[in-house]
Amino acid sequence: MLGKLDWSAIPTDQPIPLIAAGIVALGMLGVAAWITKRGWWTYLWKEWITSVDHKRIGVMYVLLALVMLVRGFVDALMMRSQQAIAVGANQGFLPPEHYNQIFSAHGTIMIFFVGMTFMVGLMNFVVPLQIGARDVAFPTLNSVSFWLTASGVLLLNLSLVIGEFARTGWLAYPPLSELAYSPGVGVDYYLWAIQIAGVGTLLSGINLTATILKMRTTGMGYMRMPIFCWTALTANLLIIAAFPILTATLAMLTLDRYLGFHFFTNDFGGNAMMYINLIWAWGHPEVYILILPAFGVFSEVISTFAGKPIFGYRSMAAAALAICVLSFMVWLHHFFTMGASADVNGFFGVMTMIIAVPTGVKVFNWLFTLYGGSVRFSVPMMWALGFMVTFIIGGMTGVLLALPPVDFVTHNSLFLVAHFHNVIIGGVIFGAYAGYNYWFPKAFGFTLHEGWGRATFWCWLVGFYLAFMPLYLLGLMGATRRMQHYAEAGWQPLMIVALCGALSICAGIGCTIVQLVVSIRSRAERRDLSGDPWDGRSLEWATPSPAPAFNFATPVQVNGLDAFWTAKRAGLPAPGWPEMPAPSVVEVPVRTGTGFFIAFFAVGFGFGMVWHIWWMAIASLLGILGVALAFAWRRDDEHDIDGDAVAAIYAVPAREAA
Amino acid sequence: MKESVFTMAPDLVSGVLDPRGPVAADEYQLLQNATVVMLALIVPIIVLTLAFAWWFRAGNRRAKRRPDWSYSGALEVVNWMVPLMIILFLGGMGWVASHALDPAKPLPSAAPPLKIQVVSLDWKWLFIYPDGGVAAVNHLLVPAGRVLQLQLTSGTVMNSFFVPQLGSQIYTMAGMTTTLHLQADRPGTFPGRSVQFSGDGFSDMRFEVDAVTPAEYEAWLARTRAGGTHLDASAYAALSRPGTSDPRAYRLDEPRLFQHILAASMAPSSSSSH
Repeated sequence: MLGKLDWSAIPTDQPIPLIAAGIVALGMLGVAAWITKRGWWTYLWKEWITSVDHKRIGVMYVLLALVMLVRGFVDALMMRSQQAIAVGANQGFLPPEHYNQIFSAHGTIMIFFVGMTFMVGLMNFVVPLQIGARDVAFPTLNSVSFWLTASGVLLLNLSLVIGEFARTGWLAYPPLSELAYSPGVGVDYYLWAIQIAGVGTLLSGINLTATILKMRTTGMGYMRMPIFCWTALTANLLIIAAFPILTATLAMLTLDRYLGFHFFTNDFGGNAMMYINLIWAWGHPEVYILILPAFGVFSEVISTFAGKPIFGYRSMAAAALAICVLSFMVWLHHFFTMGASADVNGFFGVMTMIIAVPTGVKVFNWLFTLYGGSVRFSVPMMWALGFMVTFIIGGMTGVLLALPPVDFVTHNSLFLVAHFHNVIIGGVIFGAYAGYNYWFPKAFGFTLHEGWGRATFWCWLVGFYLAFMPLYLLGLMGATRRMQHYAEAGWQPLMIVALCGALSICAGIGCTIVQLVVSIRSRAERRDLSGDPWDGRSLEWATPSPAPAFNFATPVQVNGLDAFWTAKRAGLPAPGWPEMPAPSVVEVPVRTGTGFFIAFFAVGFGFGMVWHIWWMAIASLLGILGVALAFAWRRDDEHDIDGDAVAAIYAVPAREAA
Repeated sequence: MKESVFTMAPDLVSGVLDPRGPVAADEYQLLQNATVVMLALIVPIIVLTLAFAWWFRAGNRRAKRRPDWSYSGALEVVNWMVPLMIILFLGGMGWVASHALDPAKPLPSAAPPLKIQVVSLDWKWLFIYPDGGVAAVNHLLVPAGRVLQLQLTSGTVMNSFFVPQLGSQIYTMAGMTTTLHLQADRPGTFPGRSVQFSGDGFSDMRFEVDAVTPAEYEAWLARTRAGGTHLDASAYAALSRPGTSDPRAYRLDEPRLFQHILAASMAPSSSSSH
C-alpha cells in the first residue's frame, strides 16, 4: 500500500534533521496560526495563491528564494563548522552519511531554489513592466511554473524528515548515483524534485521569451529595450535550449534506477561519462542562466544611480548574446581531468577563455557608465560596486581554471569551490540583493530601510572575502572539496577563518530579515508616492507604486531608449501614466487555482514515485490531467476593472502627496 | 612575538605551492604566469571602479559631469580589443600548455618509465607493479628521478587520482583506462588522495607516495615479493568490499589482475558484488 515507505524512513537516530524539521514545523504552525488569527486565509488565497499577476508571482518566487536561502545557508554553516573542527582523529559532529547529504542539498538548493528562483522571480516582476506589457504572454502558465518550483522545494525538504536526500553531490554523478551504489531514496528525491521544478523552469522560460518577443509595447523595438530585458531574453533562450537536456539526462538516470536500464552503469556497456557530458551541457548554460539576469540588474542599477544611460548599449546587448551562444561550447571544462586528448582540452580551454571577452566588455561598459555620472551610493548601488570588484576576481580565477594544466592541479579542490562561490555570490547573490532593494518599492509601495540594507551589504561583503579567500589558498595547499574530515592540521586555521566568514554572512542574512521587518513596520513614513523613488529611467518607474494589477492603464508609446527618463526631462507626462485618468475599463486575466492544484498533484506524483507508491503516482497524474482539463473548459479568461477603480489607483498617490 | 605567530601559522607552502616533480613545477609556473597576466588587467579595473565611483559621487563639485555620454566608437574598440588580446595570449598559452602537459604524453627520460597500474576501490587505492610482481594498498613506493607511467581505472565508482606535489590529477573510471605520467625529482613523502567524491569513505581515501632511492626501491620489491601476503582473486574480492584500509603490500600472484578488473567492469552484473 505504501511502497517502500515505513516508520524506518524517519531518521530517529539523527537528532539534527529532526530538530531542524521540528523548528520548521513549529515555524510553519506559528505562521499558520497567525494568518488564522488575522483572518488572512481568504485574502492569501484570492490575492496571492491563485493570482496570475506576474508581479505577485514574481514576489512569491523571491520570497521562496529567500526562505530557501536560509535553508541552504544553514547547510553551509554546518559544513563550515564541521570542517573547522574535524581534523586528525576528530570526526566533528556530522557523520559522513549526514555530511554528504548536507553538501548535496546545499548545492541543489542554492542553484535551483535560490539562484534560479530569485532570478526568475525578478524577471517575472520586471520584464512586463519594462516592455510596457500588461502581463506575461501566458499568465496562468506562469502560475503553474511558480507552483511547480514550489513542489520541487517541498519534495526536497520532505527528504529531511522522510527518508534521506542524495549523498552524491549536487549533480548526482553516476555510477555513484546508480542503484548499485546509492540504493536509498536520496537520489530519487533529487531526481523528482529537480525534474518537477525543471518543468516549471522550462515553462517559465518559454513564457518569458514569448513575452519579450511578442508583448513589447508600441515603439519598443529590440534596440530600445532596457538591458535587463536583453539579459532576460538571453537567459530564457538558454533555459529553452538547456533544460530539455537536463530533463532527458535525469530521465535516463531515472530509467537506470527504476527499470534496470544501463545508460550510465558500470556494466552492460553503460557509460557514466555520457551523463557527465550531458549534465554539463545543461550545467554550463545554467550558470549563465543565473548570471545573465544579474548582469541585467547591475546594468539597470549602475545606469540609474550614476544618472546616465548605459554606456555602449549595443555592445552590452551583443555581449549578452555572445555569452548566450558561447555558453553552449564550453561544457567540457568541467572535466578536463577525464583524460581527453590535448586537442580536446585545448579547444575547450580556449573557448572557455573566449567567454571572458564579452564579460570583460560588460565590465568596461559599466566602468564607463560610472565615468561622468553623478553617483548616488544607495543600497542597490553598493551591491553593484561590490559586484564589480568581487566578480572580476572570480573571473580571473575562472580563466586560470580554464587553462587545462592549471585545472589538473585545482580541479575538485577548494580553489574550485572558492571560484564558483566567488562568481555566484559576487555575481548572482549580489545581483539578487541589488534587484531586491531596487524594485521592492515598485512591488509594495514603500522603500526598504537604507541603514539595515547597508549593514546587510557589508556583512555579506566582508563575510564573502573571509569565507572564500582562505579556500582559494587551501585549494592550492592541496585541500579537496567534500571532505567530512581531513588529516592535515595545517589546514585548520584557514578553515576557522572561513567559518568566521560564514558567521559574517549569517549576520548579513539576519540583517536582511531585520531590514524587512523594520521597513514593514515603518512603511507609512517610507511610502513611495512618486512611483519613481530612484529617479529611474525605464518604464516600470512610470507606474504608481505598488504597480497596479494592469501595469499601465493606457497603452504606452515609446520613442527611444530610456523612454521614461526622456519624458521626465522634457517635462512630458510619463508614458503610460494617464494624465487625466479616463474612466475606461481595464481587462486583466482572471485568477485561477490551476497552478496550485497542478503543483499539489505534482508533489503527490513525486512522492509516490520516490517511495514506489504506484497508486499515488498514477492518481496524482490523473489529478494533474483533470486540473488541466478543467482549465481548458474555463468560461472566463479575463475580468474587468472598472474605470472608477482605475482612476482611484492613480488618485491615491496624488492625494497623499498633496 | 613574531616567531610565535609564525609557528602558529599554517604551512602555506604545501601542496600545489610546493612542487616536487617536473609536471607539478611546470603547472605551478603556468599558474603563476597566468595570474600575473590577469592581475595586470584586473587590478587597474578594480582601482578605476572605486576611483570613478568615488570621484563622480553626487556630492563632488569638482567632478565634470557628462550625463549623456554613452557612446564612443574608439572606446568600444578598446573595450573589445583589450580583453580579446589578453584572452588570445592566454588562450595560446593554454593551447601550448595543454599539449606540453598532456597527462598521456611520456616525460623525457633516458630510462624506460616505471609502469604502475592504479585501481580505485571503495575506499582505497590499489597500486599494481606488473613488472615488479608486487602490489600495494594506499602506499605508492617509487624510485625518485624515474618517470612513472600510471595506467588507471576504477573497480567501483569514479574517483580522481591526485598527488598535489607531483602534479596532474586524472579520473579513474570503471571499464576505461587513463594514462598519467609523473615523476618525483628527489626522495620524499608526498600525500595523495582521491579528489573526486566517491561515497561515505571518501575522506579516508588517502595514500602516501614514498619516493626513495632506486636501491631502496629494489630492496622493497624483493622484500615484498619474499614476505608479502598474496594478492589473488579471493584477496582482491575481499579488498574490493567497501571499507577503508591501512597501507599494505602484497605479492602479486595474478600478473593480469589489472586487465581482469578492467574487463570485469564491462561484463554483465559486476556491480552486483556491491
